[in-house]
Amino acid sequence: MFRRLVEPERQSVRIVVDGRPIAAAPGDSVAAALLAAGVLTCRTTPVSGAPRAPYCMMGVCFECLVAIDGVGSRQACLTRVRDGMAIETQQGKREAGR
Amino acid sequence: MSDLASIKDQYDLAVIGAGPAGLAAATLGARFGLATVLFDEQPSPGGQIYRAITETPLRERSLLGEDYWKGAKLADDFARSGAHYAAGATVWSISQEREIGVSMAGRARLLAARHVILATGALERPFPIPGWTLPGVMTCGAAQILLKSSGVGLDGKVILAGTGPLLWLLAAQYRRAGVRIDAMLDTTPHRNWLAAMPHLPKFLQSIYAAKGRLLLHEVKASVKVVRGVTALAARGEGRLQEVAYRVGHRREIRLPADTLLLHQGVVPNVNLASAIGCVHHWDETQLCFVPEIDEWGRSSVAGVSIAGDGGGIAGAEAAAETGRLAALDAAWQLGKIDDFARDRHAGPYRAALAEARHGRRFLDVLYRPAAAFRRPGGDTLVCRCEEVTAQQVLDAVKGGATGPNQLKSFLRCGMGPCQGRLCGLTVTELIAKARNTAPGEVGYYRLRPPVKPITVAELASLPQSDAARKAVVRG
Repeated sequence: MFRRLVEPERQSVRIVVDGRPIAAAPGDSVAAALLAAGVLTCRTTPVSGAPRAPYCMMGVCFECLVAIDGVGSRQACLTRVRDGMAIETQQGKREAGR
Repeated sequence: MSDLASIKDQYDLAVIGAGPAGLAAATLGARFGLATVLFDEQPSPGGQIYRAITETPLRERSLLGEDYWKGAKLADDFARSGAHYAAGATVWSISQEREIGVSMAGRARLLAARHVILATGALERPFPIPGWTLPGVMTCGAAQILLKSSGVGLDGKVILAGTGPLLWLLAAQYRRAGVRIDAMLDTTPHRNWLAAMPHLPKFLQSIYAAKGRLLLHEVKASVKVVRGVTALAARGEGRLQEVAYRVGHRREIRLPADTLLLHQGVVPNVNLASAIGCVHHWDETQLCFVPEIDEWGRSSVAGVSIAGDGGGIAGAEAAAETGRLAALDAAWQLGKIDDFARDRHAGPYRAALAEARHGRRFLDVLYRPAAAFRRPGGDTLVCRCEEVTAQQVLDAVKGGATGPNQLKSFLRCGMGPCQGRLCGLTVTELIAKARNTAPGEVGYYRLRPPVKPITVAELASLPQSDAARKAVVRG
């Protein structure tokens, strides 16, 4: 359960995650914004369909892959949030090659 | 900040990574008149140790601690250095001729550098326990990045587990931030204390001793610490619900948990250096592969130097000094300074480096992780990407796989998007144990460019040369 220790400044960024609007802070990575908003699982694996969540937050583990603005398998921890960004969690094999 | 178009075709010096080593190297390189570019994957400078140093929402200095804020001067000096800063840039290839392939915002470029300094830092050692892929489990480093860059902490039941200074630092930072930790499960083997004792006198003279003592005291006063943990598992349906542990032969204890933060030290991030062809060797104390470098950070490949933790773990203070030494040497190699100037400038950097390295051996030996947490067995996942278990790896070795590269064809182990970063050391150590040989003999995955996955669209966005066009023209 993640929580913000510092509330984002007035001008928060709005992103959409699987159709649901979420408030993020300007310095957030997509992965940080998802976790802070309570979205714990960002994808299921192509091999067994097991749920996965951001693990390293520094670009090495590739667990935080999501679709960002229609492009699949982007590293959420290396991508900074932008107003209006559309994020989709990825479900298994079907979307790995998107 | 800059975009791909503003990057020139040729630089004197290209530095990869904006942690302490990279920032210090690029700053000094530019100061000596080298046309310098610094590529970094993150959107702002600092690397992981000084992550988000220019923009962290946690402005209360005591919270992250004064060691963190040392990064502000490095970032400040760099910003004024005149070096070109390419943030959000992923370097996916460097050839032995120092042609660099880099992507920014989904587009790719090739450029040339007369000298390259790799400052790709460290990553956390794999911590393969049952259930380490469950949502709710992440590394201490990851949790600390959330804290530094977004001011995000934790609620609910929080458990820290593992060994090493970062475990204690994070616990202290959480305490100051008002984040409650339910338990800290210390996996440091008891016998490490004995092994580390001969190195204690030097440690006590070091810059780390007083800080370490304060940190331990601060954490022990506020967190329940369980010493001598010998087995650890994360369990839950679809997400973490419980952490189970054992101390020696005592019965298993289960704790309800929402978050488990794992850490057992850091190891050099060798992917880029390996893919270039730099020679590495096994370090039996630090239990990882380390590139072979000389006192200036020169690797086995001409024109490629390695600075910071990527050249062997020694911490942030040492990283900045090795960055400066590598930059000095680059300026000398490229004719900007003579022998006399190089050696005169190097003096204070070498003295500071010696001070920063003094006493590190004690930490290396004390926090050397136990075999049980480096070489898992049974159904525990080794390769997270391709979901390969320890037993599958051992069976493949029995079936004739002699090294990590054969495992790729046997099991696809190490062939997922992380390219072995989260399983490479585990696989090497498992094979070495099974074959009763040394990890250095077994070796590591053969790494090839691109060292980060790139899309065909990115490749297609590369400007075409005449040679490339002719290569596909018929007749």
